Amino acid sequence: MSEEIFERAKEAIIKGDADTSAELARQGLDKGIAGIDLINKGFIPGINDVGDKFGEGQLFLPELILSANAMQGVIDIVNASMEIGEKQNQGRVILGTVEGDLHDIGKTIAVSLLKANGFEVKDLGRDVSVDRFIEEAEAFEADVIGTSSLLTTTMEVQKKLEETLKEKGLKGKYKTVIGGAPVTQRWADRIGADAYAADASDGVRKIKELVEK
Amino acid sequence: MEPLLERIKKGEILIADGAMGSLLMAKAKDLIKGKCPEVINLSRPDILEEVARLYLEAGADIIQTNTFGGSPLKLSDYSLEEKTEEINRTAVEAVKKVVEKKAYVSASCGPSGKMLKPYGNVDPDAMYENFLRQLRVVIEAGADIVCVETMIDIQEITLAIKAAKSISPSTPVMATMTFDKTPRGFFTMMGVNIEKAARELEAAGADIIGSNCGNGIEDMTTIAKEYKEFTSLPIIIQSNAGLPEIKDDEAVYPETPEFMAEKSKELAAVGVSIIGGCCGTTPDHIRAIGQAVRSL
Repeated sequence: MSEEIFERAKEAIIKGDADTSAELARQGLDKGIAGIDLINKGFIPGINDVGDKFGEGQLFLPELILSANAMQGVIDIVNASMEIGEKQNQGRVILGTVEGDLHDIGKTIAVSLLKANGFEVKDLGRDVSVDRFIEEAEAFEADVIGTSSLLTTTMEVQKKLEETLKEKGLKGKYKTVIGGAPVTQRWADRIGADAYAADASDGVRKIKELVEK
Repeated sequence: MEPLLERIKKGEILIADGAMGSLLMAKAKDLIKGKCPEVINLSRPDILEEVARLYLEAGADIIQTNTFGGSPLKLSDYSLEEKTEEINRTAVEAVKKVVEKKAYVSASCGPSGKMLKPYGNVDPDAMYENFLRQLRVVIEAGADIVCVETMIDIQEITLAIKAAKSISPSTPVMATMTFDKTPRGFFTMMGVNIEKAARELEAAGADIIGSNCGNGIEDMTTIAKEYKEFTSLPIIIQSNAGLPEIKDDEAVYPETPEFMAEKSKELAAVGVSIIGGCCGTTPDHIRAIGQAVRSL
């Protein structure tokens, strides 16, 4: 029964069908399927398929946007269900896209996946300054600060965050994870970030490792 | 100055300028950082003049204004939409002052950064008004050409072309889209292929059509050839200097002036009428391209 919902969820995301996706998310939760399973086994394979086809030139931004919008709707539904009831707290994470960068989709998926994995997450949105990352981390008592940069011109903000954390003596207090299309492990090594996330699910894995350390 | 389109009709190949953003970053990094390149139009038009002078001295026949992100929708990302008129007027005046009729002033007009419905939330009417507001200023300020560039959405670029033509039917409009190479051929990120671009840009009233940015100059020869199959309009190609790699925290573009100059000869052979540069190209690239093409 779960398998059938997962398969239909995947198809709905590939089609960019927001209504059917939302309906399937509700149905799945009603039937007692864990939110994280719905996301990981149903909807994520769908959006990954769309991502692959986008990379191959089989489909284009219009289709990707419709699928990402459908995905966002599903994630909101699943998150809402998970915020009620007992939470298994894995750790506290703040995430944001760096200052000067207005891209949002990848980071938003990372926020959702982290929440689905039992983290407490504060999403700072996009165009977030170094100072604000640090202020919010202090206020939220975060374990991890995650930054996303989609532009070569804004990657420097990730470096500045590392420098500022060092200056303020906060480098050990918060672990840092960086991501975004032009970002690499090499960049993480160079600037001294604690981890590099290749994509949203890799980000979850890396953040789990960081908080266990 | 002889009208641009007359010179092209006679078979002349014209040279356009190269990248603006990277030169501005080099000269005014602190002013631009965390903001948009157009902010310097408000405070340091002298830098705009300096960049225009560099490209004029490098032999460019067409010099672009620093107005790529100058439409109010784009400026609204930086809460600068109220400065639309000043930003655009100053940019045209700065280039005009330097070129003194020795080159054409081309008003750059890039994407709004917003998506039309249903993918985004902008109505076509609002998009049209957006371009109308920017382009009215640049045309009134004395731009010789409007260059709508780096577009990926056929509907958006069409609205920009129509806005320019509604203000001044006689001002030449250059319209370029940015294509990615896929296993199925060249497409913009929104899925527009070259045939569709050629047909629709021409139908919208563009005078010169083509491609800019992209993945380097070698692909541009293929793109230009394909355009030629579907249009009799003059073609413009403004390639970037390849895809940037990060070295020592700086974006480094792989294609040298010599390499791009050599490849420009192929563009000329295909029948491209205007050759210039995009991201990563410098006055040295433009000088080399100009020398190569003019020696033919």
